[in-house]
Parts: sequence; C-alpha cells; structure tokens
Amino acid sequence: MSTTIESHSQPAPVRRPLLRRLVGFNLLTAVLLGVAGYYLGWFIGHQVSSGKSFKFISATDENDVALLLAYLFGVVGFLIGLGFANYPVSRLLGKHASLREKEDEGIGRYFGLCTDHKVVGMQYLVGIGLFFFIAGLNAMLIRTELLHSTPTTIAPNQYLSLVGMHGAMMMGVMTSGVLGPFANYFVPIMIGARRMAFPRIEALTFWLLMAAGFILTSTIFFGGFPTGWTGYEPLNDQAVMGMDSYIVFFALVGISMCLLGLNMIATIITMRAPGLTWSRLPIFVWSVLATSVLMVLAAPMLIATLAMAALDRTISTSFFMPGGGGSPYLFENLFWFFGHPEVYILALPGFGIVLELLPVFTRKPLWGYRLAVSGMLGVALLSFFVWQHHLFVSGINADLRPFYMLSTEIISIPTGFIFLCVMGTLWKARSSFTVPMLFCLGWTFNFLIGGLSGVFLSDTPSDTDTHGSFFVMAHFHYTIMGGLIFTFFAAIYYWVPKMTGLRFNERLAKAHFWLMFVAFNSTFMPLFVLGMKGMPRRVSSYAPNLHGLNVWVSISAFVLGFSMLIFLFNAVYSLIVVRLPAAANPWRSKSLEWQVPTPVPVNNFEQIPVIDSDPYDYGTPLGIGGTEPATAGA
Amino acid sequence: MAEPNHARRFTVLWVVASLIATPLVIVLLGPILPPGNGSQQASGHVTDNTVLLAMATPVLLLVVIYLIYAIIVFRQPKGGVLEGPAVRGNQRLQTWWIVVTSILVVSLAVYGTVRLEEDGAGSGGGPSPVVVPSGKKLKVQVIAQQWEFTYRFPEYGGVEVPHLELPVNQLVELHVTSLDVIHSFWAYQLGVKADANPNVDNVVYVKPTHEQTFEVRCAELCGIWHGAMFDHGHVVSQEAFNTWIAEQQTKYAAATKALPPYSKTYLPEPTRRAE
Repeated sequence: MSTTIESHSQPAPVRRPLLRRLVGFNLLTAVLLGVAGYYLGWFIGHQVSSGKSFKFISATDENDVALLLAYLFGVVGFLIGLGFANYPVSRLLGKHASLREKEDEGIGRYFGLCTDHKVVGMQYLVGIGLFFFIAGLNAMLIRTELLHSTPTTIAPNQYLSLVGMHGAMMMGVMTSGVLGPFANYFVPIMIGARRMAFPRIEALTFWLLMAAGFILTSTIFFGGFPTGWTGYEPLNDQAVMGMDSYIVFFALVGISMCLLGLNMIATIITMRAPGLTWSRLPIFVWSVLATSVLMVLAAPMLIATLAMAALDRTISTSFFMPGGGGSPYLFENLFWFFGHPEVYILALPGFGIVLELLPVFTRKPLWGYRLAVSGMLGVALLSFFVWQHHLFVSGINADLRPFYMLSTEIISIPTGFIFLCVMGTLWKARSSFTVPMLFCLGWTFNFLIGGLSGVFLSDTPSDTDTHGSFFVMAHFHYTIMGGLIFTFFAAIYYWVPKMTGLRFNERLAKAHFWLMFVAFNSTFMPLFVLGMKGMPRRVSSYAPNLHGLNVWVSISAFVLGFSMLIFLFNAVYSLIVVRLPAAANPWRSKSLEWQVPTPVPVNNFEQIPVIDSDPYDYGTPLGIGGTEPATAGA
Repeated sequence: MAEPNHARRFTVLWVVASLIATPLVIVLLGPILPPGNGSQQASGHVTDNTVLLAMATPVLLLVVIYLIYAIIVFRQPKGGVLEGPAVRGNQRLQTWWIVVTSILVVSLAVYGTVRLEEDGAGSGGGPSPVVVPSGKKLKVQVIAQQWEFTYRFPEYGGVEVPHLELPVNQLVELHVTSLDVIHSFWAYQLGVKADANPNVDNVVYVKPTHEQTFEVRCAELCGIWHGAMFDHGHVVSQEAFNTWIAEQQTKYAAATKALPPYSKTYLPEPTRRAE
C-alpha cells in the first residue's frame, strides 16, 4: 500500500468575515426559509382549495391540501437556505461555483451543507442519535401505558400516535442508522478514495432525513396518526391531518434512502483504489453495496405509494378506496414490496459490521469470505420475493401462499451462511472481549432468536396464530433492535475513536452492554409468550390475565431505556467533558481506515494507496504460535 | 499440554444436549403450545408448532453451545497479543452446511404446504379457497366494523347477531368482510385468523371439536378502539345452537327486515373523515 499514484495538496483554511458567515447559507437561513416556505405553502393550499375552481377538493380535505403544500414548500425553503441551490444556479448563470463546500471551515462546517464525507458522517451520527432518542422515549411511554390493561395513562388516540411515531421513526430514520454515519464516513476511506462519488447528494441525504424526522415529530401538533408505521388504507384516508406528516416524512425518507444508495453504489463501483479488486473489498463495504441496491430498488415504490395515498386524501382520487373502485390490497402489496426489502436494509449492514469486526478481535482472517458475500447478495436478491408473507391471512392471492412460504424459508439459507462465517471465524480464535466484540456476540444470539422465531411466522399454518400478535413484534425487535441496534453500538464503540480521536470509558461501556443485553432479552423474550397467549399488537387494552407479564416487560423496558442513558452519559463524559484520548489504532486493526492519521485529513490520503490484499491478514499459518504484536499496516 | 480435539468435544456436547432437549421440548412444551385443541384447525396448529419447535431446538443449541464453547475456550490470554490460525475457510464444511440447511428449509416449506392444504389451517383463504373441506357446512358471515364484529347467518333468514355461537363438530364456513377499514377476525381457541377487508369476501373453514368458550379479537390495527374489539364466542351442542338461533331470529326479526339483503360484501360509502 505504498506506491504513489497521485498527490493532492490540502486546501488552506479560509476564514470568511463574520457578517458574511451570518448572512450566508447556513442553518439559521435554512430554518428561516423553511418557516417562510411552510407558511407560503399553507397559504397557497388554502387559496387553491377553498375557491370554487377545484370541486374535487372537499371541504374536509382543505387542511390536508394546505399542510401537504406547507411541508413541501417548507422543505424546499430549508434546502435552499442551506445552500443546495447555489451550485446549480451558479452554473446556470455561467458563473464559477465551488465543487467543495465548507470543507475548509472550522466547527461551523458541522452546522450546514458540507461536502466532506467525514463531516456528513458525524452529522448523521448525531442527527440519527437525536431521533433514536425521541423514538426510544416513545417506546418508554408505550410501555408505561401497558402497565395497565385498560387505557389509563394515555388516551387511546395518543397511544396510537406514539406507536406510529415510534415505529415510523425507527423504521425511517434508523434505516440510515449504519449507512448514514459509518458508511458515509468509512466507505471512501476503506476503498482508498478521497471523497464520495456525489458529495453534494451525500449532504442532501442527511438534510432531507433531518427535515423528515422533524416533520414526523410535528405530527403531534396535527392530531397524530392512528395507523402504525404501515399506514394501511383505508384507515389512512380516514385519519386526521397528522397522517399527512407521516406521508411527507416517509416520502422524504424514501428519497433520502434512494439517493444514499445510488451514491454508495457509484462510489463503490467506480472509486476503489488500484488493486482493490472485488475479492479484496472489506466485507462491510460489500454489505453496504447489497443494502444500497435494496434501497435504490425498494424506496421508489414507497414514494409512489405515499404519493397515491396523498392524492386519495386530498383530491379524492380512489387508488385505495373500495367505495370508488380502488383496493386496500393495492396499498398492502405496494407497501410491503418496499417494506420487506426495508427490513433487510436494516439487517444487512449489521451482518457487515459483525463480520468486519470479528476478525480484528479474534485475530483471525474472516472465515468464508466468499460465502459471506454470497450470503449477503442472496439475502438482498431473495428479499424482493417474500413480501406477501405479511399478508398470509389477508385473503390476497391465497393460492400463492405456498410460494411465499417457500421463498421466505429459503431466505434463511443465505442468512445461515452469515452464521457459519461468524462461527468459523470464532473457531480456535484468540478472542479479546472488548466492548465492540461483546456487541457482535450479542448480535449473534439475538439474531439467532429472531431468525428461529421467523420460522414460525413463515409457516402459514403457524402464522395463523402469531400474525398480528406480540409474537411478530418480538420477532422483529429481535432482528432489528437485536440485530441493527446492537451492531450500531458495536460500530460506535469501534469507530468513534477513529472519528473523534477520543475513546469511551470502558467500564461504563461494559456496563452499558451487559445491562442492555440482559434487559433487551428480558423485555422481548416474554413478548413471544404474550403473543402466543393471544395479545394483539398495537393495543392499549388487553386481557387481564396477561397483566403480570406485561408489567414485567414494562419494567425490563425501563431498564433497557436506562442502559441507553448510561451510554449517553458515557458519551458526554468521555468525549466532551474529560476527552479521553484514543490510541492511534487501539484495536490493532489491519483495515485501511486505521492506517490514516487521526483526525483524518480533508483528502483522506496524501497518496492514493495501492491495495495488495484484503484487510483480514491476521493469524499465523500454523495456528497457535505468534506472540509478536501485529505491525500496524503496510 | 496437548491441544484437545475441540471438534469432537463440541459435537458430543451438542448431540447429547439435542438428544436430551428435543424430546423434552416435545413432551413438556408441546402440549401447552397455542392455540389448544378447540377445533380441528387449532389442534393442527399445535402439531405444527411442536414440529417447528422440535426442529428449531437443535439449531438453537448448535449456535448457543458453540458460542459458549468458543467464548470459554478460544480466548486471548490476559494481556496477550497472540494471533489465531490463518484459516480462511473449509470447502467441505461449507458445502455440507449449504446442503443440510437447504434440505431442512425446503422440507419445512413442503411440510407447511401439505398442512395448509389439508384443511385450510384456519387461515383466511380469499374469496374462492383452493382447498374446500368436504361435508355439510354452516355458513356464517363475519362483519367487521369500527369497533365490533357482528355475525350473519344466511341460512337462517340472514339474521345478524352481536355474539357468535357455533354448533360443535360442525364444519363452519366463515365469510369475513368489513364495512370500513381493514380488521382481522381472530378466534384464538379455534385457531382462526382472517383479515376483514372492505369489499372482499375472505373465506375460512373451521370445525370446533368440543363445547367451549372462545375469545374473539381484532388482529389488525383499525383505529383507536382496536384493543377493545374483544368478545367471547361459544361452541355449544347442536340442540342448544338450534334453540339459540331460533331465539335470535325472533329477537332480531324487525332488525333483519331493515337490513340490506345478505350479500358476500357490502360496498361501503367512500370513507370520509369525521371533522
């Protein structure tokens, strides 16, 4: 990794005058233009819908028209305020425009449009963390209500709004939970590139996601929405204005996902360093590639579906209304055609992180690299052929249930590859149980339970008992929270020392892991029993004989919430208050991202490296020997 | 000290644990698995759930025992910087893994299909189910709306009643439909679940096998009182059912006249918000 291909000098920092910085394109301008756009849209919406010119807009739909336009104008204003229009407008006017924006500014670059992928990665980490926290608080409120078997603490409509916000925020914002912070930050470094293929689009995906999260949160001002994250019709059409927040939120998330995926695919295909062949690509990059393909193919379906739902709600079209010749089945079909790949969009980055980290902490090469890659690609491909298993009891295409049963069960074959690779890598390893390693092992157990419970759901006869019950809820929390969130924390503990040059307090981090792991299982394992005993999802009243177990689950959930506070405290204490310095390569990793200096220079590499092996060059040929510390990098 | 044969040790551990645990799971957990033996379909589910659990047990043990074994045995000594063996795979093991998991998975799908096609498994089979159990059927229409289920008996003058009673040992043909949003009719002890869609006739078969009280719930989010959409139904003797339905016909005679004629679906008015 030493041959010089080209060299690139660092741009000198430029300090612009204070006034120029305040009135320029920044977060303040963005918020002001966003608010202005919101009111402009609201005004136009009422103007067009209250007049006699559009008879198909009924009086009850007037506010929906206004709110949808308000959100759209607000988002456009927000993006213009951030400066997203500057480059295209300058080019249209034939003026010179900077290709790289705000990469040279100090701390201010974190608060606006910045095209440095490392800044975007950090922005994602904090921004997503914020919405993860809000969605987690929703879960705490849901469990508080479920301490009683009848609606007591929270009114039923507010309870449903909480359920919907928790689900939509987790499924929407956390979709980019790994790809946003870690793929944006590390994929270019891991493949030996100086930037992403489309840096401005990269920044756009982040700010779209933030706008989306804010819009979803604003649903509480418009009455919330009663449909859960799935937004099924015709309940969707029946709902009050808060539903429009959900529609705009998810559509923006869809656009963000789609662009993020495109950018990743373009970067990984075209910008790999010399010598980085497909068979040397880090496994994490493979998982990002597989996820990105799913994002690009699935997200447009979501956007189209929501556009139709919005038209049904506003100008009385009838895509999903049986009364007007439409069908709710169409919504279910389209939604799950996005929705099922979506759950693998959440799972695949987790596979990548576990397989990327295990070799470092076992001091062994990744076992079965090709098997792991084919497992991920297999999961990605098959995930488009299973969506109707969400509709086994719906009566839709009942003759096709055996096909979806088969395709769903077949998807556990490539998933099994990942488990074999994990187990192979652990065989005769020299494992050190650092915090990231603990989270990876936690993933292995959780995802195993998630996968095995999935077998009951994929079997149509058994699914008759478990469909729509707490069993399903427990199943997907095991795969998403136990899968994605555990690896999300593994990635945080593993990579934040690289991103910040600071490390976490290890004792607090271990306390976080153990409390989270135990409380997680204590929360979700009993939910399988509750589901099997007949407790439906998304209810605030349930059978009195299930009360005891629900109290147990709620208390465990509070402990789980508390474990997150330990993490938050640790982050603030170690990274901001005490600022514990991290070693240059604390895990003795051989991966490329650990060979560049910390903090990573704006251009990542002084010289583009030439890659001559995969990053898993650990271990000794004979096995047991070898007492020397591994030399870091080439 | 010579390195022990880890592969053999682990295999013995796993096989012994599986041989002990799997029969225990079948004998101890099998009988208490949902949804009980309230109907032919429900008993079928208990068998299916037991089979799946019995197959899942060795898989669970394989990974869990492996993890525990690896965590205990394959450790980095304290303060050590030892490297593991540079093994990058094992073609034979990988091939075997693919073959065995494929056989397991495909046989599960075949088993599920066979069980589904036997008696419909109590799962909503759409307007014209492929599998129609033979024998005389009692037709009952389940009408869902926010937030209750009502039941219509087309063979008894189309009477509509607020609570469900079914005769024992009688094959029942349920026609599930909705008047507004999507609901799901879930008769827990009978092992029946079928979505109630507006403008769709979702047919499901069930044959209750003994007299009992069963729970009826909604299993698809349908608005704020989704959780309260709960009722009890009864399976009674044929004589008791005859008496009951005659009573209902008299009691609701006036209401039955006012109802729209029995139909497989009732096209709802376009839903509008209550604002």
